[in-house]
Amino acid sequence: MATKNDNAGKTRFWNDQKTRAVLYQIFTAAAVAFLAYYLISNVQNNMAKQSIASGFGFIGKEAAFEIGESVIDYSAADSYGRALVVGVLNTLKVSVTGMILTTILGTLVGVATLSKNWLLSRLATVYVETFQNIPVLLQLFFFYALFYETFPGPRQALNPFTGVFITNRGIDFAVPAAHPAWAYAGLAVLAALVIIYLLKRWSVRRQEKTGRQFPMFWAGLGIFVGLPFLVWLTSGAPTQMNIPELKGFNFSGGKNISPEFSALLFGLVLYTASFIAQIVRAGIQSISHGQTEAAMSIGLKPGQVLKLVIFPQALRVIVPPLTSQLLNLTKNSSLAVAIGYPDFVQVAGTTINQTGQAVEGVALMMLVYLTISLVTSAYMNWYNKKIAIIER
Amino acid sequence: MSATTSIKEIKPPATNVGVIGWLRQHLFNGVFSSIATLLIFAFLIKVVPQFIQWAFIDSVWYTSGQECHAAEGACWSVITRNIRFNIFGYYPYHEQWRPLVAMILLIGMLVYSRDWNRWNRKLGYAWFIGLFVMGLLMKGGLFGLIAVESTKWSGLPLTLLLSFFGILASYPLGVVLALGRQSTMPVIKSLSVVYIEMIRGVPLITMLFMSSVMFPLFLPEGVTIDKVLRAQAAIILFTAAYIAEVVRGGLQAMDRGQYEAAESLGLNYFQMMRLIILPQALKIVIPPTVGILISAFKDTSLVVIIALYDILNTTKSILTEPEWTGFSTEAYIFIAMVYYLCCFSMSQYSRRIEKQLEYKNTSPQSNS
Repeated sequence: MATKNDNAGKTRFWNDQKTRAVLYQIFTAAAVAFLAYYLISNVQNNMAKQSIASGFGFIGKEAAFEIGESVIDYSAADSYGRALVVGVLNTLKVSVTGMILTTILGTLVGVATLSKNWLLSRLATVYVETFQNIPVLLQLFFFYALFYETFPGPRQALNPFTGVFITNRGIDFAVPAAHPAWAYAGLAVLAALVIIYLLKRWSVRRQEKTGRQFPMFWAGLGIFVGLPFLVWLTSGAPTQMNIPELKGFNFSGGKNISPEFSALLFGLVLYTASFIAQIVRAGIQSISHGQTEAAMSIGLKPGQVLKLVIFPQALRVIVPPLTSQLLNLTKNSSLAVAIGYPDFVQVAGTTINQTGQAVEGVALMMLVYLTISLVTSAYMNWYNKKIAIIER
Repeated sequence: MSATTSIKEIKPPATNVGVIGWLRQHLFNGVFSSIATLLIFAFLIKVVPQFIQWAFIDSVWYTSGQECHAAEGACWSVITRNIRFNIFGYYPYHEQWRPLVAMILLIGMLVYSRDWNRWNRKLGYAWFIGLFVMGLLMKGGLFGLIAVESTKWSGLPLTLLLSFFGILASYPLGVVLALGRQSTMPVIKSLSVVYIEMIRGVPLITMLFMSSVMFPLFLPEGVTIDKVLRAQAAIILFTAAYIAEVVRGGLQAMDRGQYEAAESLGLNYFQMMRLIILPQALKIVIPPTVGILISAFKDTSLVVIIALYDILNTTKSILTEPEWTGFSTEAYIFIAMVYYLCCFSMSQYSRRIEKQLEYKNTSPQSNS
C-alpha cells in the first residue's frame, strides 16, 4: 500500500491512470450533456418557430381518423390515446400469433433439415436458404400483392376446404355460432390445463418416490380433449356453425381475417421461421452423438431419447438466439405500416402527421417497442435460467 | 488361399445398392419417411409443371403492357421494358452509365478484396481512389460531368450506397461502442450500454422515422441535410449497435492471458487494443459480422417507408403505372432474385471464412 502511494506521489497527476480515468469520464459526460443541451434547445427553438405544441396534451384530444381493424371498439370520435392503444393491441396481436406460429414452423423445418429423408431435408434447406436471403419487406409486398392482385373477388372465391374462402378481401372461415356452451368449453380447457399441471407434479413425485411410471401423455391428452368435450356435451351440444355466405359483393357471417393481417402474418412467420430452423438445427447438432448412444444403451426408446436426453440439452443452445429472433419478429411487425395494417407505428405516424409532434410520437414508438423487448427478454431469460445446467 | 477361392463372392442384394438402394435408404427408410416422400412428390407434381407453364411456356418477354394483359402466363416484359428505370430510377437517362460504372467498380473492388491476404497499404490507397472516383461519377460537377443531385440517386445504386457506407461507417463506431461497454469507467460503460440496448430494442423504422420527421427539428435554423444522408445516418447508428454486440462477443472470447501479456509488455490501453486484442478478436467474429452485414443490406429496403427510391421502391412505382399494374408477382420475383444473389454470395463468403478459421483453430500451434 505504502509503495503504491509513493509512486502516485512521484508521477505527474495527468500521468496517473486513476486521475486520467476520471478526466476522461468527465469529458465524455460533458460532451454528451452539451450535445443533448444543444439538440434540445434547437428543438425548442424550432417548435416555437413553427408553433408546434409540446408535451403529451394531444393524447386526450379527438383523433378524427378511422382505423381499419381493431381489437377493441374504436371510432374516429375517440381520443388519440385510445387510437394508440388500438395500435399497440394490433401490434401485440400480430406479434404474439406470429411468435407462436413461427416457433412451431421453425422447429418443424429445423428437424426436417436433419431428416434422413433426402427429399424432405433438401426441400427444408431450399426453404431456409431462400427465405433468409430475401428482405422481409419484399416478402410482405409479395404476399400482399397476392391478395389484392392474384386472388379473385368474392364471387369467384377460392374454396380450398369447406367453410374457408380466400378472396381479395382476405380469408373468410366458418366459426361456431354463438352459444354459451362454447364459453363453458373454453373455461374447461383452462381447468384441464390446471388439472394436467397438478397431475404432472403428482406423477413426478410418485416416480421419484416409488419408481412407478404414470402414462402422463395419454392421461393428459385424455383430460385435455375429454373435459371440454364433456362440458360441451352436457351444456347442450350446439352444432350450428356460422358459415360465411356471399351476400351482394361480399361475404357476411363467419370470421374474416383482413388481407393486410394475413399478408403480414404470412411474411413474418415464413421469414422468421427460416432463421429459427437454422437455430434449431444447430442446437440439435451441438449434442454429441455419444449422448444418443448412451441414452439408447440404458434402454430408452427413441422418443424418450429425444425427449429426455437430446431436447433438454439442445434447448440450452437454442433459447438465447431464439429469443432474439422472436424479438426480431416483433420489431419487424412494425413493417405493417408499408402494407397498411394499422399497427402501432402506423397509428403513431398518423398522429405525428396530424399533430406535428414528432418528438413525442417517436418517443412513444421507442417506449412501446422497448417495453415489449424488455418484457420478452426478461421472460426468456427467466426460462433460460430455469433450463440451464445446475452445476455442482 | 483355397478357402477364399472356393467361397463365391456374394454380392449385396440388388435392393441395397444402386438406384434402388439409394432410394430405399434416402426416400423410403421407414413408414413416415415413405409417406412424406409420397406427399412431397404429389405436391411437386401438382405445382412444378404449373409453375413452368406459367413462367416459361406461356410467358411473354418483350411486349407492351397491353399484350401482357392478354397473355396467359407470366409477363416478364414488366422487367425487360422497365429495366433501366428499375435499376437506375430517377437518375438522368443519358447519364446512367455513370452509376453503372460506379457499381461495377465497387463490386470489382469488393471481389478483389475478399481475401485478407491481399489487404495491404496499396489496397487501402486503391480503395481511397476508388471511392473518390465512385463519388465523382455519382455526383458529377467536375471534369465535364453534369452535376446530379443526391435526390435523383435511386434504384440499385442507392441500395448499394446505403448498405456499403452503412456497413463501412458503422463498423468503427460499433468497435468503439463494444470497447466502451467493456470499459471499467462507469460513465463510459453505462453510456455505451444504454445506447446499445436502446437501439437494439427498437425497430429500424423508428430510427428512419426519427431521421425523416424528427431530425430536421434537431438542426439549428436554416441548416438542412438531405434525405439520403439522414437515412444513411439512421442506418449507421442502427447497425453500429448490432456490430458492437458481435464485437463484444469476440472481446469476451479472448483469453485473459492476452490482456495480461500485453500489459506486462508495457503497452498502454490503445496499443494493447490496436496491436494485440482487436486483430485477434475481430478475426474470430468475422462470420457473425457478415451475418449483421447481410441483414443490414436487406434492411436498406426499409427506406421505402420514408419514400426514398431504392430498388424496391422503383419496382413499386413501375407497378403503379396503369400499363403494368397486376404484374407484381413477376416484378417482385426479379427483385427477390437480385437480393438473393447478393445475400447468398455474402453468406457463402462467410461460410468459407468460417472453414478457414476452423482449420486454423484445430492446427497444433493455436492455444485452446
